[in-house]
Amino acid sequence: MVPTLYGRIQTRIVLLAVVGGLWTLIITPLLPTGESLGASYRTTYAVLLAVLVLGVLWEFLYHFLQQFRWEKDWPTFFGLLTMINEGLLLWLLIKAGAVPGVGDVPLSAYLIQFVSTWLVVWLVANGPVQVFFVRWRFRGGRFW
Amino acid sequence: MVARAGIPIIDSRFVTVGGGIGSFVTVDYLRVYGVPAADITVLTQLETPWSSYEYLTRVSQIPRGERLRSDSKSTPDNIWGFPSYAVREALAAKSVKDFVTPLWNVLTEPILSDYYTPKAGQAFESMEREHDRIGYPQCVRKGQVRMVRRRREGGYFTILTPPVGATPTRRLAYRSPYVHIAIGYPGLKLLPDLQRYREYYRDPSKVVNAYEPHEQVYQQLALRPGTVVIRGGGIVASRVLQRLIDDRDRLGLQTQIVHVFRTYVTGAHGPNIFMRRKGGEGWAYQGFNYPKSVWGGQLKAKIRGLEGEERAEAYKLMGGTNTPVRKLWQSQLARGRSEGWYRTVVGEVTELRPGRGNQGVVTFLKTQQGPLEVYSDFVIDCTGLEADIREHRVLADLMDHGGAGRNPVGRLDVDRNFEVIGTRSQPGKMYASGSATLGGYFPGVDTFLGLQIAAQEICDDLAKLGFCPRFGMVASTKQWWRWARHRKI
Repeated sequence: MVPTLYGRIQTRIVLLAVVGGLWTLIITPLLPTGESLGASYRTTYAVLLAVLVLGVLWEFLYHFLQQFRWEKDWPTFFGLLTMINEGLLLWLLIKAGAVPGVGDVPLSAYLIQFVSTWLVVWLVANGPVQVFFVRWRFRGGRFW
Repeated sequence: MVARAGIPIIDSRFVTVGGGIGSFVTVDYLRVYGVPAADITVLTQLETPWSSYEYLTRVSQIPRGERLRSDSKSTPDNIWGFPSYAVREALAAKSVKDFVTPLWNVLTEPILSDYYTPKAGQAFESMEREHDRIGYPQCVRKGQVRMVRRRREGGYFTILTPPVGATPTRRLAYRSPYVHIAIGYPGLKLLPDLQRYREYYRDPSKVVNAYEPHEQVYQQLALRPGTVVIRGGGIVASRVLQRLIDDRDRLGLQTQIVHVFRTYVTGAHGPNIFMRRKGGEGWAYQGFNYPKSVWGGQLKAKIRGLEGEERAEAYKLMGGTNTPVRKLWQSQLARGRSEGWYRTVVGEVTELRPGRGNQGVVTFLKTQQGPLEVYSDFVIDCTGLEADIREHRVLADLMDHGGAGRNPVGRLDVDRNFEVIGTRSQPGKMYASGSATLGGYFPGVDTFLGLQIAAQEICDDLAKLGFCPRFGMVASTKQWWRWARHRKI
């Protein structure tokens, strides 16, 4: 991918909201949260929102790091690696009780939701999104 | 005037001149956007859109089975770039290894692997499928375009000389509101010393250009040991070196290679830590012929806003001769260096002369250590210089009579939407894409993806003018679905 800063932020917001939102809808009933479905949905969507908000902040750091690359690209592989730092930070914040709307979450449920959502969004960003938005890849990932 | 001259007039809504991959990609976009094939005319001398490109890649040592220098998502047969070449290569695999290899490659590029690049054959075959799907042959009219002139009443006349005997008159005039120029490389240019040698000694066999057929060099080296001088530090030099070394290994040859670098790159280079390009052992390394983000990212956005000198400077910084890092090439050259059959020389060539008794060629160089003479059996020029745009008659005519001008890099000046600046003929417009337009607001024009970006801009501009429907999310999805099922349009 060859994102610009605005492209990164827009892609993060749109894909997490739309693709991540749909995926959360599907996967939540299957998660081992140990809570009622309503409470589970409240938690999973709060986690998704936290990934989105924190993610926008992360994008600034990635954009800065990208400046050291001659090609000014962001290899596909980095899109997977960044799952580790983002997932870890969010988990620590959840454990510290710093994420609004998210209480005590079992690690297994968190991992399944976080990793699967990340993979689905990453897969969509690496191809299928271009089917719907044919100019997206020529605009550094901007939708508008 | 045209009618008075007895030239038959044929009406068309859109004429594209060239008929190579630039025309093909533009026609593909137009057809996918919803323009009927009957409204489009392709004027060309080529048998197929890829025939000229295939000829050049083949003689410069990229036959169908070898890999191009092109990104996985640069798919001239598919405007969406999805599924990419790597995914398609995986899906067509007949073994688990062949399935995993391209996917792993594209997943880990360029960190753990080299950049994935498609095989030339895959690009040509997929283009052929799309060519049939969109009814491209219906649009083609064979012949040589002499000129494109503005009409007083608006729009343009494109004057074509059809093949002898194909039509009752020697000329045909295509009248259209919109014209697209995609004539490809205006021609090949040799370095002055090579040109002098060719003209003075009339010897095209020992001093060859890599873009010309030069198979005889490899054949002769297979018959008896010899020394080859390679000139240039780009992708073609890399490919020619690979061929020489492959032959050396495969046939047990004793070929000696002397590689002449005019500029020897010793390591990472650039003005600051945010603009450092990798390099070493003489070469400047870069995945593609420009940094990747010129095709859609930061550099594309940046250069779109640059004018004049600033733009020329940016081109200079990003450009320069370079080649990709490929593990095979790195290991082959390392072996050559350690075994002593691959040597590099840094300097400027002043002259070429035939060797004693007309045997071989002597290259005279000016180096930092003083003058140097290198004897070799062959010289392969891989510098790949392009001729001035005036070398092409259509472009020369456009500059003399059509109002076209030059951009800061000296090529055809086009706007952000690829309209040729100065050639407007209300309500018509003239566009251009490809190599002739290098130096504009968008770099990377002479590549598969560059041609697609240009085509996208042109079609979006035409949609604004009402020539074709606007192409939104619904149309895009519907058309992709048709493409995926190989449904004709």
